This record gives sequence, structure tokens and C-alpha cells, in this order.
Amino acid sequence: MSGPQGHGVSVRIGHCGKTFADGTHALEPASLDIARGETLVLLGPSGCGKTTMLRIIAGLEEPDEGGKVLFDGKDVTAIPIERRNVGMVFQSYALFPNMSVAENIGYGLRIRGIPATERAKRVAELVALTNITGLEHRRIDQLSGGQRQRVALARAVAIRPGILLLDEPLTALDAALRYRLRGELNRLLRALGITAIYVTHDQSEAMELGDRIVVMRKGAIAQIGSPREIYFEPKDRFVAEFIGAANIVEASLDDGHLILPGGRQAIAGGTSQPAVVAMIRPESIGIVDVEAAPLRGQVESVSFVGDRQRVVVVGASPKPLTVDAPNTIQVDAGDRVGLSIASKAVRLLPPEA
Amino acid sequence: MRDRLIFTGQFLFTLLVAAFLVVPTALSITAGVTTNYFRGIQSGLTLQWVAQVWDLYADTIGLSFLIAFATLAVTLLAGVPAAYALHVRGGQLSRLVEEIITLPIAIPGLALALALLLTYGGFGAFRRSWLFILAGHVVFTMPFMVRSVMAIFASVDIKTLDEGAASLGASPWRRFRDVIVPNAVPGILAGSLMVVTLSLGEFNLTWMLHTPLTKTLPIGLADSYASMRLEVASAYTLIFFIMIIPLLVAMQMFAERELTR
Ligand SMILES: Nc1ncnc2c1ncn2[C@@H]1O[C@H](COP(=O)(O)OP(=O)(O)O)[C@@H](O)[C@H]1O
Ligand SMILES: [Mg+2]
Repeated sequence: MSGPQGHGVSVRIGHCGKTFADGTHALEPASLDIARGETLVLLGPSGCGKTTMLRIIAGLEEPDEGGKVLFDGKDVTAIPIERRNVGMVFQSYALFPNMSVAENIGYGLRIRGIPATERAKRVAELVALTNITGLEHRRIDQLSGGQRQRVALARAVAIRPGILLLDEPLTALDAALRYRLRGELNRLLRALGITAIYVTHDQSEAMELGDRIVVMRKGAIAQIGSPREIYFEPKDRFVAEFIGAANIVEASLDDGHLILPGGRQAIAGGTSQPAVVAMIRPESIGIVDVEAAPLRGQVESVSFVGDRQRVVVVGASPKPLTVDAPNTIQVDAGDRVGLSIASKAVRLLPPEA
Repeated sequence: MRDRLIFTGQFLFTLLVAAFLVVPTALSITAGVTTNYFRGIQSGLTLQWVAQVWDLYADTIGLSFLIAFATLAVTLLAGVPAAYALHVRGGQLSRLVEEIITLPIAIPGLALALALLLTYGGFGAFRRSWLFILAGHVVFTMPFMVRSVMAIFASVDIKTLDEGAASLGASPWRRFRDVIVPNAVPGILAGSLMVVTLSLGEFNLTWMLHTPLTKTLPIGLADSYASMRLEVASAYTLIFFIMIIPLLVAMQMFAERELTR
């Protein structure tokens, strides 16, 4: 099933909504296309419907009337999960406690009637691929969280699925391990080149892993785009604030300039409007000499975080501005500073609905 | 000093309570092997009463075991899949079904028996066979099996394991065989012991449902108390103890092992 653009199936989700039996509207009808070999990340705060969407694609949940799921153009809506050939990594891993690590990894192959010798070969391959050599005969309760995560991944990949579905696979792990495994997972997904859908509430995970990111909010899709698009061109305030740090500035616009308490700030493509909402990323604000700057403020606080320092400036904008400054410049609380912001770095957001 | 006093007091009290329960049991058992109960133990020890019970009531013992294991078979075959379905489906309907299955625990055995008689009393052959008692025992013990299996399902999150196996391509039957049952073994064992013990000792229901040709052990016991020498009835009790105590001990050991896990 491999093609020039990668492995696995392409997925089309058409008007898939979900209302649970208890009346919970978990998902507004949504449509989505996922290309073969693409890694798509579903990103959003807890309870926004990410898992529900994933389970609909997996076949664990039926979409509401009218919803359709297509794999390679074929309607699979009525096909149960066991015949969809999907690899799934559950948030809780769902490893079988009654089987060893190797038996867990080989279970899908056993179901497919693959002979024992061939199965053992494939299991050994996956054990090597996921760095769990030596654990093959362990029981599941003798594994650490990170090891369980790897076994779950190996088990899901073993069956050569058409699509790999991962539901917050790193959430249960501590921060350092999460960071390391994220890198490993990224390399593995690239190496396999398989279609994958990855659910997370962690925006930095989403950025690193996703070819495209679907930002979700309250059961609806807020924005779909590449990590860069999502970061630099958020469609609305929710996306802007959810992805990374963002300064939200409410001001009036006069001939292409934001009129602010601390001065005027040029924006790209200027017009005049009585009230606009703009977003400025902290790292796109430079701290400059106060005399020449068109925008000025006073430093409220400075926190040194190693690779940079986070400076909060008041008086420039209606609300305090957060600035990510290089760790080499010297500023202190109380200093008057000038701010330099490229006009392209200011992004107008649609007014709040 | 004060602690010692309290401890001694508690210890004595415990002994007293234990004695209150154990002494009648011990008396009853010794009565079963005493030549003449009214003359006491000096009349000599004998196994003649035990032998007599065996002669008179061996078939009730056989029938009790037949019914107990048939009950076990039915509760296993119907109860484990039912627990699986109820757990995996969830929702209102499942809770309702669970309540209905549990109802027989709350209803007096006599009322249950009456209902069975009213409904199936007309089916002569069924009414006269041991299968009628079996039906009663199944109704009565099913909740214990279903409940203990469902408890283990909840504790190992069987629904997610089931979905995991499904994602790997396993059909419902393969999932049930490879994943569900093996991970529910402790609950199934606990439920089984409970079902067998309850069935062996069941009196209320059975008393209403039995015929002269379908007497179980507890019915025979009541019968012997009513119509035989006290020594015979006591010997009968002894036999009952010998059968049921290993089951109770197994159950206890099992519960402890579960707790220490
Ligand atoms: N089986 C269910 N029955 C009823 N409501 C559910 C069920 N599963 C999820 N929900 C609800 O649907 C919403 C979305 O849940 P979910 O998709 O799990 O969110 P996420 O994975 O983004 O945290 C939540 O409000 C959740 O409480
Ligand atoms: Mg979730």
C-alpha cells in the first residue's frame, strides 16, 4: 500500500459530528482530509473533542447520522475497528497484562495468522526499532512508563497499519522523558512515513510532530494549517493564545498605525478602524534605546530563564506586554525602554464574536 | 500497663465470642461420632452414624454436587459473557439489566420459589426433575457471579483492553478468549467459589422446589433433624462441614491474595 508520498491510506472525514447517548455534544460536524503519509496533529484543550474525533476515525465511535469516514476513498463508516487495519496507541496504552512484551507486540500478527517464526522475526525488528531490547519476556507490570509507551507503539506498528492513531501517548510521562520520547517518536514517524493522527494538548509537541495541525475548540475545528501558519497566522484570538505566548492588543487603528498609550505602532497593510484586536509574539519585540523608539514603556519585571529573559513592559500598550529579550542585554525593573516591532510581526485578528 | 489490660480484655472477649460460635459446632460434630449422645462421649466413639447417613442420603449428596456444578457451569457460560456485555456496553440499559439480575439477592428465596412454581409448575416433567432446582439456583447465584466478574472488569479497565485487542484485528470472540477471560480470572474464580458454596448450602428455595425424588443435602439434613436420631442428623452435619469447609477456606485464601496484590 505504499506510494511515492509515503505509506498507508489517505483519510477523508466528511461531516462527522458526535452526540453521545447522554446528550453531550462532543463534536460539531467536521470535515477533514489527511494525505497519505501525512502526520496530522489534533490539538486543543482537554475536553474539546480530540479523542472523540480519533475514535471516530478508528471505528470505536460511530459518527452522528450523515457523517462519513473514508480510507483511500472507500467508505469505512460501517466497518468495525477490527477490520479497519488501524494501529492505535491509547492514552493508557491498553497493554495486555496477561501477555509478555513480545506477546503483546506479536498479538496482532497472531490474529492475522502469521506463522510463529515470521512473527518472532517481526517482533525482534520492532523491539530493536523502539529500543526495548532485553525486555521481551517481561510482564507489563514490570515496565516503566516510558517502556510501556514504546511497547504500545511497537504493538500498534507491528500490524503494518494503514494509519497510526495516537491519543496523547506521552501525557502520562514526566517532562524530561516526554521531551526525549517526542524526538524519538518524530524520527520513527518520519522513518515509517505512515499516515498518522496524533492527539495532544501540548502545543510544542504538536509543532514538532505535525505536518499539519488541527486546532480544536469546544468540539469544533478552530484552524487547520502547518505549524508555521498556525503560529504566525492564527485565525483568531483563541488559536493565537493557545499556540505559544501571545500579546493581545486592543486599540484603534489610524492610517496603518495602532494608537497605543506608549506611542504608535505601524502594521502591514494599514487602514483606519475604530477598534481592532492585534497579536504580537513576545520574541518579535525588540528592546531598543528609548530616545529613538516610536513605542515606549517601563519595565515592570525581568525573569531570566537561561536561554532568554522574559521582560514585562507596562505603559506601552493597554495591557502589559511580554517581551522575549536576548539573555545578553541588561535591563532592570523600572527602566524606561523603547520597543521595536516589525510591522509584519503585528497580526490583526478578527474581532471577538 | 493500661494497654496490657485493654488487650487482655479484648482478647478474652474475642475468645468468648469465638467460643459462643464454635462450641455448638463442636458439640454438633462430636454428637455425630458419639455412640449415644444422651450418655455423652463416655458411651464411646463410632462412625456408624456417618455410615448410616451415607446409606440413607448418599444420593442427596450426589445431587447437591450435581446441582452445584451444573449451576456453576450455567452461571459461567451465561454470567461471564453477560458481565462482559454489560460492562462494555455501559449506559442506562446495562444498569437496568444489572439491577434486574441482582434482584434475586434481595427477594426472599421462598418468594422466588413461589414465582418459579407459579410459572413452570405446570410443566410436569420439568417440575419433577432436578433441573427445576437448578433453575432456582441459577437465578439465585447469578448475581454473585456477574457482580464479581464485573468488579474485576472495572478494576483492570477491561473496556480499553478490549478496544486495544480490537484495534489489532481481533474479533469479539478472540478478544473474549485471549484478553477478557484471562484478565478476569481472579473475579471468575471468586465468583465460582461463591456460586458453588451458595448452591451447596441453599435451603429456602430448594425446600420449596424439591420433590421426594429430588432432595439436596440441606433438604436431607432438615429431613433427618425432623425424623431421625439426633446422632444421625449430627453425623449429617459433619459430612456437610467436611464438604463445605475446604471451599470456604479456598474462598478466604483467595480474598486475601487479592487484597495483597
Ligand atoms: N462516552 C461518552 N459519553 C458522554 N460524553 C462523553 C463521552 N466521551 C467523551 N464525552 C464528552 O465529550 C467531550 C469531548 O471529550 P473528548 O473527545 O474525550 O475530549 P478530549 O480528548 O479533547 O479531552 C467531553 O465533554 C467529554 O466529557
Ligand atoms: Mg482525550
